[in-house]
Amino acid sequence: MPADLTIADVERIAALAHLELTDDEKRLFATQLAQILTYAEQVRAIDTSGVPATAHVHAGQRVERDDEERPSLSVEDVLANAPDASPDAGLFRVPRVIGG
Amino acid sequence: MDLRSARRIRDDVAAGRTSAVEVCRAALDRIHAVNPALNAFNLVDDEGALRRAAAVDARRAAGEPLGPLAGVPVALKDNICVRGMRTTASSKILDTYVPPYDATVTARLEAAGAVIVGKTNCDEFAMGSSNENSAYGPVRNPWAPAFAPGGSSGGSAAAVAAGCVPIALGSDTGGSIRQPASFCGVVGLKPTYGRVSRYGLLAFASSLDQIGPFTGSTEDAALALEAIAGVDPADATSAREAVPDLRANLERGLDGIRVGVPRTFVAEGVDAAVRRAFDAALDDLRAGGATLVDVELPHAPYAVPVYYLVATAEASSNLARYDGVKYGYRSPAAKTHGLKAMYSRTRDEGFGPEVKRRIMLGTYVLSAGYYDAYYLKAQQVRTLLRRDYELAFERVDVVAMPTSPIPPFRLGEKTGDPLQMYLADIFTVSANLAGLPGISLPCGFAAGPDPATRLPIGLQLTGRMFDEPTLLRVGHAFEARTDWSRTAPSL
Repeated sequence: MPADLTIADVERIAALAHLELTDDEKRLFATQLAQILTYAEQVRAIDTSGVPATAHVHAGQRVERDDEERPSLSVEDVLANAPDASPDAGLFRVPRVIGG
Repeated sequence: MDLRSARRIRDDVAAGRTSAVEVCRAALDRIHAVNPALNAFNLVDDEGALRRAAAVDARRAAGEPLGPLAGVPVALKDNICVRGMRTTASSKILDTYVPPYDATVTARLEAAGAVIVGKTNCDEFAMGSSNENSAYGPVRNPWAPAFAPGGSSGGSAAAVAAGCVPIALGSDTGGSIRQPASFCGVVGLKPTYGRVSRYGLLAFASSLDQIGPFTGSTEDAALALEAIAGVDPADATSAREAVPDLRANLERGLDGIRVGVPRTFVAEGVDAAVRRAFDAALDDLRAGGATLVDVELPHAPYAVPVYYLVATAEASSNLARYDGVKYGYRSPAAKTHGLKAMYSRTRDEGFGPEVKRRIMLGTYVLSAGYYDAYYLKAQQVRTLLRRDYELAFERVDVVAMPTSPIPPFRLGEKTGDPLQMYLADIFTVSANLAGLPGISLPCGFAAGPDPATRLPIGLQLTGRMFDEPTLLRVGHAFEARTDWSRTAPSL
């Protein structure tokens, strides 16, 4: 199936990933992703019936803690890195979404 | 001043034979002398480093206790946060990011008395095997400037190899500590998954990422790991396992040690010079008293496809946070084309080609209709690979392989073919998938482009979960029998 990826396939994936690719990137990725996925196809031949998935290797470890208030970063420090912020209001500023 | 032994620097500072400021000045001088040729550092914090060194000297003058890394200059890969010090992951999208907090390893190093001198160049978001995917240009191999230092932690490996610092931290998701250590002729240790907190490490693939040290010796690797290891409430995946005395075992030698060799797996696709060095290393281990045992890792040949399915899936999720809102780069399109364009243009303009390729691949394998066939399947094969190692470790104490099937290659040689670059990770990725500790030790050289140039080769040892003591013990014995670790590039 992935032996060829169409430009439309690439555009669909790029939209899911919020990446606006150039036409050159779309062509390049259509070829390269198809190559990589074709190579990865070999795992599908392995018999994994009844084999549990490993999401990460210490999945059994219990990590709950008491839900207590703890200090966190200050709003000022966090907003200092924002490309556009309103420190007085304590907010990140983004382009208008509604009613624009 | 010789900057190659952290232990000696620590002892000299503690005894007053030298001061932390003197050591720091020497490290900064060395960095400024070699960095124009190597491009190993993204940032050198002269002023801050000297201030931190002076604080160590002040503690000594006041008779206060000094930490186990007192006065030792350390460099951090540029994906590890230091409060107030620009941290970019070598990406344009984080070009302006100044972390408001310290990574746990940063805080632990400073508590141990280490002096952080700067941030090292790497592949963008730690994605790459050659350091050519950095927004700030490639790092050059200190042994041969036309060659890659390995990746993704190429700057950290080069900084230690070039004698700038005795310890540099890197991160290893699929070999990003061990492979550059191999290419640059230094020791590189990837701890067991969970041994070291990932808090403050800019995430690539959260189930695989692990921070570890580059050093000139196994003794310093043990010293560095002791300083940074241990459970951390800020990282739910950090392991509660107690951290043993990692140096206590170092001198115990090779008697009784069983070294597993997956002969079938390493039979093919290995460069002749790497093969010779690997075979000679096995001979050395046997001559030192170890027993060589053939082992089988039947699913290891699938480790590369499994890795690139799992790691890219996790990366596509982790890197969703870079959207032009909270930190870093924002596309000017935000002003003219609205919110959606702000996201998608910021990410297209801010990420480099390899990062985009992996986000695309990861998004694909997680997308409806492909999740079971690729992502879930890869996670199941990951389980089979873990079982292969569990079976092997019933019979042996460590598994030996070459770190890389090939010696360092020329910059530019592999950039046109991502799949070929991925295949070079064949011997390192399985330790990450299985969560096991691994170490790369210098074990020889391949011939370089001219008679004066040699290209380092690494021996990789993989150990049982949390058994860094045995890895370091075997590594130390190997180091003591050979001269490879005491050979430095002329620079």
